[in-house]
Amino acid sequence: MKIIIDQDKCVASGQCVTAAVDVFDQRDEDGIVVLLNDNPPDDLAADVHQAAAVCPALAIVVED
Amino acid sequence: MTQSDGDLIDYPIPVVGAIEAPPEWEQLRQQCPVAHVRLPSGDQAELLTRYDDVKQVLADPRFTRSAADAARISENGGVFNSEMGNALPQYGDAHQRWRRMITKWFTAKRMNALRPDIEAMAERLVDEMVKQGKPADLKASLGFPLPVWVICDLLGVPESDRDRFAYWSDTLLNLTRYQQAEIDEAQAAFVAYMAGHIAAKRDEPGEDLLSELITATDSAGERLTDRMLVATGMGLLVAGHETTANMIGKMMAMLLSDRSRWEQLLADPSLVRTAVEEALRYDATAGFGMIRYLTEDVEVSSGVLPAGTTAVCSMASANRDENVFDAAAEMDLTRSPNLHLSFGAGPHSCIGQPLARAELQVVLEVLLRRLPTLELAVPAAELRPVEGLAVGGLREVPVKW
Repeated sequence: MKIIIDQDKCVASGQCVTAAVDVFDQRDEDGIVVLLNDNPPDDLAADVHQAAAVCPALAIVVED
Repeated sequence: MTQSDGDLIDYPIPVVGAIEAPPEWEQLRQQCPVAHVRLPSGDQAELLTRYDDVKQVLADPRFTRSAADAARISENGGVFNSEMGNALPQYGDAHQRWRRMITKWFTAKRMNALRPDIEAMAERLVDEMVKQGKPADLKASLGFPLPVWVICDLLGVPESDRDRFAYWSDTLLNLTRYQQAEIDEAQAAFVAYMAGHIAAKRDEPGEDLLSELITATDSAGERLTDRMLVATGMGLLVAGHETTANMIGKMMAMLLSDRSRWEQLLADPSLVRTAVEEALRYDATAGFGMIRYLTEDVEVSSGVLPAGTTAVCSMASANRDENVFDAAAEMDLTRSPNLHLSFGAGPHSCIGQPLARAELQVVLEVLLRRLPTLELAVPAAELRPVEGLAVGGLREVPVKW
């Protein structure tokens, strides 16, 4: 699994952090997404896909 | 529903009941996904009702609400044609720089830190409602005050001024209930208050958003002007108050109108998160929708929208699109993922959505814990929608327990 984030598109909804807190975080200065782990273990796959699905900015792409 | 040339649908489409979706939505999605409509101002626009079209147009960074040639919602345009709309950058890099000065206040971490405060406010309001006795209007007792209290805290406004903020917000956003003179007066009073408030915060900064914004710089090193600070405060108030207040009332009406929903949550309170998302999706009285003025041709699923079109995006109809949501007409409190468009999509999606979610979740948790016997005090069919234009809701949500 490979995760690609687009910080320029990100609107800081925080939905990805809620879905997968071990994989996504938000910058303190503006809430923009940061990736904690771009190749997380398989047991987090469902959460990561959920995070990508609920992102209102379509800023997360997951390649399996 | 088909449409011949010159045949105009009056928009907004009247709601049939407080909770049911108007049947026109499904007909339009199926047969007329781009419909010519006439707005209350008399101006004409194109109504989009399919999920894919609504999402695509809303998320397109080229388009915004404001343009000199765009169709107007109502004759005066209310708050959307006001100082607030002119003082803040509406699109592009400048909009993003402004937005990113605000979004730091709405991160998931901040929301988690804020939850105990929101919970304490909700508890206090429920205490007062219980003390006053049943039946009570859940909207007036809890839904209306809670979000304005939260926003006042965020802006560093003292508790003694909360009622004034509630009045201003109600007046600024309601495009039909108040006369233009009242709206102008409320706006002038709000701007004057905020100017004084900002001056006071400049002398004596607090821990609030405005105090920090006064000295903060954006990613280009620029500070916000006083005019932009006032507009930011006004924007947060009008965007965050009445929308959330109404949603609290509607969510509770939806959950209580079918007792099995409330019982499902009592049996499993871990469903609060998905239940809130489903209430947001299922909301049939969501209000006007979002306007986009198209400065270039756009190809949507059902054809080309030419440059110069004013598009009205119905998120509420999109949220009932069977092509996207299984059993879209059913309220399913376990639905996940729930990709509703109630907060919009793309660069202009609701900046306060994490706060709205936190408030709705906390309200639901507190009511489940404090008043498990809660029920509607009138038949659901007697719930009446509000008459305001911009934000949809219920006039009252009478409850007993």
